[in-house]
Amino acid sequence: MSRIELKNINKHFGDNHVLKGIDFVIEDGDFMTLLGPSGCGKTTTLRVITGLENPEGGIVTIGGKEVVNGENKYYAPPAKRDLNLVFQSYALWPHMTVYENVAFGLTVKKFPKNEIRQKVEAALDKLQILPYIDRYPSELSGGQQQRVSIARAIVTEPKILLLDEPLSNLDAKLRLEMRSELKRLHNELNTTIIYVTHDQVEALTLSTKIAVFFEGELVQLDEPRNIYRNPADLRVADFVGNPQINLIDAFCSYKDGSLLTESVIGKLSVPTTKSYEGECVMALYPEDIQIFEQRRADATKCTVYSVLPAGSETLMQLTMDDETVILAKYMGEKDYEIGSSLWIKISSDKINVYDKNSGKIIAEKESYEELNGRVLA
Amino acid sequence: MGVKKSYPNEKRKFNKEKMKNIVKGFLSNPIYLISLIAIVFLVHTIVVPLWQMLSNTLLWGEGDQLINPDAIPGGLTIEHWKQMLTSEASKNVFYKPILRSLGIGVAVSIMALIMGGALAWLVTRSDIPYKKTLTFLAVIPYMIPSWMKSMAWLTVFKNDRVGGAPGLLQFIFGVGPPDWIAYGFLPIVIVLGGMHYYVYFFLLTAAALNSVNSNMEETANILGAPRITILRRITFPLILPAILSGVILVFSKAIGTFGPAAFLGLPVNFYVISTMLYSNMQTGMLTEGYILSLTLIVLAALVIYINQKMIGKRKGYDTVGGKDGRKTMMPLGRWRMPVFVTVIIFMVSSAVVPLALLLLQSFMLKDGVYTLSNFTTHFWIGKANPDIAMGNVGVLVNDSIGLALKNSLLIAVIGAGVAALIGIIFGYIVAKGRNSFTGKVVEQLAFAPYLIPGIALSAIYLTMFAKPGLFLPSLYGTLSIIILITIVKDLPFATRAGVSNMFQISGELEEAAQIQGASFFKRFFRIMLPLTKQGILSAFIIAFISAMKQLDLVLLLVTPKTGTLATITYEYADTGYPQFANAIMLIIIAITMVVYYVSSKWGKADLSKGIGG
Repeated sequence: MSRIELKNINKHFGDNHVLKGIDFVIEDGDFMTLLGPSGCGKTTTLRVITGLENPEGGIVTIGGKEVVNGENKYYAPPAKRDLNLVFQSYALWPHMTVYENVAFGLTVKKFPKNEIRQKVEAALDKLQILPYIDRYPSELSGGQQQRVSIARAIVTEPKILLLDEPLSNLDAKLRLEMRSELKRLHNELNTTIIYVTHDQVEALTLSTKIAVFFEGELVQLDEPRNIYRNPADLRVADFVGNPQINLIDAFCSYKDGSLLTESVIGKLSVPTTKSYEGECVMALYPEDIQIFEQRRADATKCTVYSVLPAGSETLMQLTMDDETVILAKYMGEKDYEIGSSLWIKISSDKINVYDKNSGKIIAEKESYEELNGRVLA
Repeated sequence: MGVKKSYPNEKRKFNKEKMKNIVKGFLSNPIYLISLIAIVFLVHTIVVPLWQMLSNTLLWGEGDQLINPDAIPGGLTIEHWKQMLTSEASKNVFYKPILRSLGIGVAVSIMALIMGGALAWLVTRSDIPYKKTLTFLAVIPYMIPSWMKSMAWLTVFKNDRVGGAPGLLQFIFGVGPPDWIAYGFLPIVIVLGGMHYYVYFFLLTAAALNSVNSNMEETANILGAPRITILRRITFPLILPAILSGVILVFSKAIGTFGPAAFLGLPVNFYVISTMLYSNMQTGMLTEGYILSLTLIVLAALVIYINQKMIGKRKGYDTVGGKDGRKTMMPLGRWRMPVFVTVIIFMVSSAVVPLALLLLQSFMLKDGVYTLSNFTTHFWIGKANPDIAMGNVGVLVNDSIGLALKNSLLIAVIGAGVAALIGIIFGYIVAKGRNSFTGKVVEQLAFAPYLIPGIALSAIYLTMFAKPGLFLPSLYGTLSIIILITIVKDLPFATRAGVSNMFQISGELEEAAQIQGASFFKRFFRIMLPLTKQGILSAFIIAFISAMKQLDLVLLLVTPKTGTLATITYEYADTGYPQFANAIMLIIIAITMVVYYVSSKWGKADLSKGIGG
């Protein structure tokens, strides 16, 4: 119904090639997040789908209907695409009240007066801001303005709702609140949502699918947990981790379906399907590191560099040698003296291995489904 | 083979589809059409006149055969330029006026810079008392035409050298001031720099100073920099772009200025470019006038070019943080009151004294005689009396002045209104097409009238629109031509105001409406226009005031039926009835003051927002 398909989208700003052949499909009802650092092309992709930006090349279809054909210079106007957009800056019209802001789209579409009021009130009610109906945007808090802009976008009942970094201007607490609100809305409205953000936690929490962008290219598209478990390349791995993923240089050789890696954390045998020998990078999350206070034969010694308590968890920076600093996470409270010794253990099924030169993944972890299946069996 | 054969066919069909979509896209987006109309308008009102001016100086004219037997009417020649630049008369009709104009430009800029800059610093950065009042007073001179201040100057400093009634000083002391005080370079510079254009500097620098976050200065202070170092190393560099654009504004206005140069220069044959131009036009020496005009345009363009090179990348620091931080004021200490009194004296002498003098003079039966018995209300409300002023009636009961008032108001309201609206539309084109060809063309062309001296522009309009043209019937002797030229002359600043207004509106506000399906016109009228209405009003007020006091631009174009208050004033002053002239001038000032007051009170118009050249 509102399946969105992008085929080979190319867009230049002057000499700057911002979208390099973007290809992907968003299924009906998806909550698709476009994730990436600033300047990666995610917002431009969003604007191409809305029709605010016209690509020179490529085809976009929405619900089987062609809305962009770069080769034919055909671009359907945004209003004809049955979608709506929530802007990063909210873009509320400061000279109109909340009611007028939300009603604008309906008046343009020439709905009867009483129907407009009914719809506007319903939308405001859904976002719990009905009491502010007669206020001006400047009389609302940031969070309330955000809700108004979402209400304005959903009141016309678009098939696709696009959100451009909608939570980036909110404080941490409001952001959490709005996240659950958005998830609820997605369930209630049954629309396809396309969501742009540079916040990996937001992406992992909200989406049904994530598309990771780097430098104008789509690098990986998958379910959130698979992106987290098996980032397709080093850039994704580095970007997705929170707290920061550990990247450890290693040297590896291949033997009988396993990579034998040698690094500061010792020798490990990581199962793989690809044969590879040479320089590589191992990626492992801080939470996958086991910490021991006593020496053990299967653990590597390291030195405490700093301890960063964060309430429910404690992060520790540990030095292996002069160059390598490893971040480890301990669930709960812990305090170690700086300079004291600890022992860490890493199991090989928690590690992704990447080709150091191309940055592509060589050894993947089991996917979530595989893991689940094995545990159940 | 078959595949190969069908390929070109498909390709052609393909292109047709593409063309259709391009044309459709072009037509369905009104911005292209509006840009096109804008460019046609600009070409017709600015490029064509300039071209005609240039071609006139490079072609033999109809009458030239009488002077030069080689002349073929319509043939190409550089004889006019040669004559103008290298003949015996060149020194007097070309080089001297140009050097004088340049000298005046430099001196006026320096004077305005010092006075306006100091005033701006005092009002924004020191603890001088009554800041609001001072700011209001400082803007008043802007509303008083510079030629009126010249007449006030004459009222005081006139000597008996050129005949007519003596000035106030001569009346009191019995001895007239020397010529160099009464006429020529010095008074022109003082009137323009010290009494008029300093306002531009004041407004521009004050705005820039206000936008400098005082945290930046405080940081330097914490680092131990003394005040003068902070001023020199932090504040001054930050406002340098504003200062330089003020220099351009004042310099290019000063070198083209007409009124003061005419009132204060002509009595002693002190010709500058604009007065030389005017006398050329009046004596039918159009070509010579155009050569002077083109020289002036090139000079002004050169100054702007150099200035832009100097500003370079500095144009506009992002000092405006959106947060209006608390400003720390520099204490003046025991100098506080003396400085305040000096400023007040300065303001009073540049704004109040000229007004009072003119008011006084408008009640004097015999000019220059300051005795009680000499006072009369004749020049205001008097009936026809053959003994006084050749039987002319007082200005308030004079029908021709009523007509001129009506003309002036019509011209100012329509001209300023249309200019402000066009400015907003051009602003939209420029802001949306920042990097597009049309955006740049519109921005550059709309700026051009800034460089063309008013008299030259009106001379060319006179010839261009005297006969039916491209879309228009003959406009000679109509108000339309005066309104048209007023609009064109106001375009540079109206466009600038429009551009900066449009830049203040985030593009997302319009896109949000676009996604909702609002058409271009709906977006423009429901979103863009309401959000810029304050800016439009400010632009309108500035255009209105400048139209009310406009003299040189319309002087050549008016006929008895289309005279304005300003041109009638000039005629009265020129024919030796300063009382009538003063009375009318006071009416002009009263109107502009009322309009300014009402609009700043109710419409929150802000003069300083629009002036920024």
